[in-house]
Amino acid sequence: MRERVFGCRKISPGLAAAEAVCSKEEILFYHADFESGVITEKGHDLEGKSIAGKIVVFPGGKGSSVVQADGLYNLVQNDCAPAGFIVRFLDTVLVSTAVVMEIPMVWKVDDSFWTEVRDGDMIKLDADNESVTVIKQ
Amino acid sequence: MPGKRNMKLTEEQQEMLAGKYGKGASMAMRIQCAVGEGFEAERMVPVSRVHISLSAQNADIWFTEKMTEAGAAARVIPTVNPGYCVKYFREKGWLREEDAVNMRRTEAAYRKLGANMTLSCTPYISDNRPAFGEICAFSETSVTVFANSVLGARTNRESAMSAACAAITGFVPEYGMLLPENRLGTVLVKVSAAVDSVIKFAMLGLCGKKIGRGIPVFAGLPEQIGTESLIALGASLNISGSYDMFHIPGVTPEAPDAETAFGGKAPVRTVELTDRDLDEAFALYSHEPGEAIDYVILGCPHYTWEQVSAAAAFLRGKKACVPIMILTSRTVIAAAAKSGIKEILEEAGADLIPDTCVDEKCCFRCLEGKNGVTDSPKAIYYMENFGIRMAVRDWKTCLAWAVSGKSDSCTPVSGAAKEDHYA
Repeated sequence: MRERVFGCRKISPGLAAAEAVCSKEEILFYHADFESGVITEKGHDLEGKSIAGKIVVFPGGKGSSVVQADGLYNLVQNDCAPAGFIVRFLDTVLVSTAVVMEIPMVWKVDDSFWTEVRDGDMIKLDADNESVTVIKQ
Repeated sequence: MPGKRNMKLTEEQQEMLAGKYGKGASMAMRIQCAVGEGFEAERMVPVSRVHISLSAQNADIWFTEKMTEAGAAARVIPTVNPGYCVKYFREKGWLREEDAVNMRRTEAAYRKLGANMTLSCTPYISDNRPAFGEICAFSETSVTVFANSVLGARTNRESAMSAACAAITGFVPEYGMLLPENRLGTVLVKVSAAVDSVIKFAMLGLCGKKIGRGIPVFAGLPEQIGTESLIALGASLNISGSYDMFHIPGVTPEAPDAETAFGGKAPVRTVELTDRDLDEAFALYSHEPGEAIDYVILGCPHYTWEQVSAAAAFLRGKKACVPIMILTSRTVIAAAAKSGIKEILEEAGADLIPDTCVDEKCCFRCLEGKNGVTDSPKAIYYMENFGIRMAVRDWKTCLAWAVSGKSDSCTPVSGAAKEDHYA
């Protein structure tokens, strides 16, 4: 087991520890099966993969001012919401949704994080103390 | 220690956060402070106009009720996006009772918040039109891009929730599009395609994948561009990508010329768009029309007075053999009724529908499996999510097909659109 700690900047407060799921593409959480947390968007990097209870590592959000929030709300209602967000780019819709839905979120993680992190790594996301710990089995 | 980048709040803002103005206002301020800190805003500034993308979806009702139950009320009266017109769709027999209840509940929540119930996605036409430089909190991507680009107002692409918070507190964190340095063009888009009608502007906006991230500056467009074309461009740009703003030198107010639009800097990228690029982008969104046409939907974004009146002039004395549904604002419908235009449209079989967005599955799901045509790629993008398939053509072709009941594959996409007198 190997641990590495990275610095970051807080966006939405909170603490989460969970498995990582990594997407190269922007995500619209409306395009998910709300009862399983599986991404359903055709051709998407995460198509068929579940984000339920995971820390999602992705470039940022996409889509309209409404459906991103509705997607995440429906996932929260079904206990299938992501445990945390680590992003490269910010948009107001995703930021305000994460804050309202109380999903911990950070950005500006050290560059080496992005080459280090893989699907299935354990991640400890401490937004309040601005640290991301990657634990490889 | 977290909060080291806390924004500097005025005494009033601090008191609001602490709860002096009620729990709802305190919650709204807390959300905005978190957003502001995330974007590293230094302060909160007063906002004079708000537009909320009401949707009647679960999250919308949950959040609006949660805020009003906590005593939140609008300090800056917001206009709101459309949901659906219960009366119209119930009379058609298309709406389930639970959907009627859902919309009534949404409207009640927004009334309690103190909203101006415009239920339209084109507030910038008249109901809530900002002046140059005015600081706004607008949600609904087509509204945001129009306000920034065409009117020179300053707004970030707010979510429905962050816009509601701005209405409640009367402030917005100062970041992004509120700051002049972030409003400069970054991508030079040289357009060699002939873009001379509303439908062509909608097609130009579909090229977002080729344009890429940034603020595009379009060169090579006509010197005079109508409001409807600028609306269509902004709406399409935000289905093919995510755009806060665009510039058109000589047309939009922050771009007297290309050099000013780029702030004297070189573009980070230059992209060329030909007729072929427009056709290829268009092919991704439009479906092939069926031989028979079952319905026409126009008005995504909501039709302007000019578009409604052009449709009436085209349909005068004709009779459509399939339903024509034109989505527009109550303001336009009132003017159309007073001017006798509504009557002409109704005689031809075209309905002016208020309060309604195409992205409402509960109203339109019965069109699944039928052949429709629209002049809006945006309508297709959203309605596809619930199984609706339509072709896109210019508005005159849409209406001509409604009259004949048949599609005509010989008509090019842009049809006779060059004759648009409002373009």
